[in-house]
Amino acid sequence: MSLTLASNPPLRLHWHWAWLTPLVLFMAVMAGTSIGETSIPMDTIFKVLANQLWGAGYAVDRIDAGIVWNYRLSRAILAGCCGAGLALAGVVLQALLRNPLADPFLMGISAGASTGAVAVTIAGLGAGAVTLSLGAFAGAGLAFGLVVLLAHAAGSGTGGGRGTQAAGAIILAGIAGSQLFNALTAFIIARSASAEQARGIMFWLMGNLSGVRWDDVRLGLPAAFAGLLVCLWHRRALDAFTFGADSAASLGIPVRRVRGMLIASMALVTAVMVSMVGAIGFVGLVIPHAMRFIVGSRHTRLVPASALAGAVFLIGADIISRIIVPGQVLPIGVVTALVGAPAFAVILIRGSRVR
Amino acid sequence: MRLSADHIDWTVHGHRLLDGVSLAVEPGETFGLIGPNGSGKTTLLRVLAGLRKPKRGRVLIDDHPMYAMPQRDIARTIAFVEQQAETLDRIVVREAVALGRTPFLTALQPWSEHDDAIVSRALHDVGMAHLAERLWHTLSGGERQRVHIARALAQQPRILLLDEPTNHLDIRHQLSILQLVRQLPVTVVIALHDLNQAMGCDRIGVMDGGRLVDLGEPEQVLSAERLYRTFGVQVDFLVDPADRRPVMRFRNAL
Repeated sequence: MSLTLASNPPLRLHWHWAWLTPLVLFMAVMAGTSIGETSIPMDTIFKVLANQLWGAGYAVDRIDAGIVWNYRLSRAILAGCCGAGLALAGVVLQALLRNPLADPFLMGISAGASTGAVAVTIAGLGAGAVTLSLGAFAGAGLAFGLVVLLAHAAGSGTGGGRGTQAAGAIILAGIAGSQLFNALTAFIIARSASAEQARGIMFWLMGNLSGVRWDDVRLGLPAAFAGLLVCLWHRRALDAFTFGADSAASLGIPVRRVRGMLIASMALVTAVMVSMVGAIGFVGLVIPHAMRFIVGSRHTRLVPASALAGAVFLIGADIISRIIVPGQVLPIGVVTALVGAPAFAVILIRGSRVR
Repeated sequence: MRLSADHIDWTVHGHRLLDGVSLAVEPGETFGLIGPNGSGKTTLLRVLAGLRKPKRGRVLIDDHPMYAMPQRDIARTIAFVEQQAETLDRIVVREAVALGRTPFLTALQPWSEHDDAIVSRALHDVGMAHLAERLWHTLSGGERQRVHIARALAQQPRILLLDEPTNHLDIRHQLSILQLVRQLPVTVVIALHDLNQAMGCDRIGVMDGGRLVDLGEPEQVLSAERLYRTFGVQVDFLVDPADRRPVMRFRNAL
């Protein structure tokens, strides 16, 4: 993809580069499986895949096979799912709320998830019967519900509910909700966490893919695909918000229903991802902006491009997080920002030169 | 199509912005809305466009109550040009106009040559065809206004609502847009500030303090007494030597 793509008349989806998508994804996943503390050659990976998928019976080192199948492949696939899901959530929230700073965590989801996570791991809520993921998911859902209630109350107070005031109310409610849950998290950590626990939870909050297994993929993959389908289905509605909610309504979009449904489904996708791998920042905020510079802001292109870029970006970030400091795995959130911020700066500068 | 409003009330924070407004715009008619700032013109247009649900009363398209119609069906009938609608998106003029086809497309129905032709036609009608590939944020205020009008035309509406569409336009484009609007074979409701331009409408409604205080043909409605009472200005009627039509000249009331 080159930066000149944006100058094509972008009304139609150009399918002639669509065949690249599975290829790029496959290569990214292969790279994620091969590269790591112990490098595994491609032919070994293919042999393991053949053994697992159709019982080919190649002779492979059992440790290598275990690393490839049980550890790295699932991890790379889930990283891709998370990247795609978070990028899509960013696309949708930025489009609907007409705010370039909107990101998937705007609705209090990451704050709620972290509160849920520390409530389970540190405060001991659920007495061991509740996993960290479940706690995080419940926390995210609770925070989202609270933010929606608050936004609804604030939105109907200003008489609009449907217009621009509603978008403002959602953003402010999200900020208030996030602050509240962040404070709760800090309170629980300060009150009852040991230094070791505090470090562990800090690591989790910035994103951690090391515990990923196939069970997580079985949840993450459908979530990412469902998110993609929902966004593609509503691509014209997302376009219709270009000139704001009132303009969308006059173009025949039932604004309240479509906006509510899209925000809720993206919140669900985000909550699923966050509850498995923690709050990985930067992807949902910056990938949509970067893709707008490259493919333009019409969602027929922006949605698939962002999903693909988010997936590849997070797989890449995960690889880097494993190899940049020998013998230590960095939180992936650190890498996404460290790598992503300069990359985004380059896109910003080059994008402004295109025209 | 006939568009009618039946005893419409609209209140925000206890302020009554529309107070029992009833009017009926006949098929093919160009209906002008005039009134001082804050008299409720924009609010009335938004209610007529289906963007606001009136607190009391109802809007009818032909004989169908609007509240019972899906938003998409309303958009296939009515197009609305807002006073200001801005975006930060990097879109080109053609993409902005293409949004007008939204009510006619579904998730599975692709963009067609037919839609392309309608968009090109709309761009041509407002004199923006040569700027079709320009980015939105490089356009002047008047050019943006013309793109919004083109977007509304791309909806191929049977009822067109325009909120002060000639704001920001140079005189040549003011005249060409007004002429275009009058020639369209559709029902038009247009809010105007320039009372001489309002003279060109088939009928005029005068808004004052949320009420429709006068309604009728321009020559009857735009009387010296009405203008003094509603706008607080004195008016002298001159006669245009070209077509013997009256022209208004305004002075501060004494």
